[in-house]
Amino acid sequence: MREMSRIVRTVSHIMFPFVIMFGFYLVVHGHLTPGGGFQGGAIIASGLALLIVAYSRSRVKKVVKKEVLTTIESSGLLMFIGLAFLGIGATFFYNFLANSGIIFGDSVAYGINPGNLNTAGTLPLMSIAVGLEVLAGLSIIILMLAIGSLAGEGSR
Amino acid sequence: MRRFALVALMIVVSFLFFGMTIMHPIGKPILQDMDNYFITHAQEETGANNVVTSIVFDYRGFDTLGEATVLFAAVSGVAMLFGRRIRA
Repeated sequence: MREMSRIVRTVSHIMFPFVIMFGFYLVVHGHLTPGGGFQGGAIIASGLALLIVAYSRSRVKKVVKKEVLTTIESSGLLMFIGLAFLGIGATFFYNFLANSGIIFGDSVAYGINPGNLNTAGTLPLMSIAVGLEVLAGLSIIILMLAIGSLAGEGSR
Repeated sequence: MRRFALVALMIVVSFLFFGMTIMHPIGKPILQDMDNYFITHAQEETGANNVVTSIVFDYRGFDTLGEATVLFAAVSGVAMLFGRRIRA
């Protein structure tokens, strides 16, 4: 697949930072607004799919390294399991940071309120960990499928 | 054969419609203890305004761990299948 026309490339070049920013917003605000790690990571990976469609696969392949993405994915999953093990004093997946006053430790009032980013204990950290894992994993899948079909075209 | 398939389809669809008429109304569960517990205690226990996220990442964290593991296995499979060097 060659790269698309100049109009499509310009529009995707403008839209790409907003897609990435919206994805990271969903990941970080997972404990306040609808969304979370999985959804935000999928949106960021769809931003990479936009780049692959607009620019050519071989050009994206030169910029985005597979090794970096695999490292991000493994570290995200390890961070998730490590956060789950940190609460092992009570139970596995115990929220040891909630209402503790340390990072993300503020308590929240019951009922409908605008919310505070510095709440919810381990939930934002776990959301970030899952977001990193999902964005890297889906990006690897998209990139591998695109490059695999590219190699098949070249050998023919 | 075609007529038999049509009759079977009609029987199944009529059973579905019959089931719809006697179905329990949505939004009025029989056992409400767990729902009420989450709604009243999730905010003070986890400190999160989003009760859905507090269930996904805290109360039912094992489920999310399983989902992440499934995604990791899928990515490993794709990388094994497509990541090898293709002979020119």
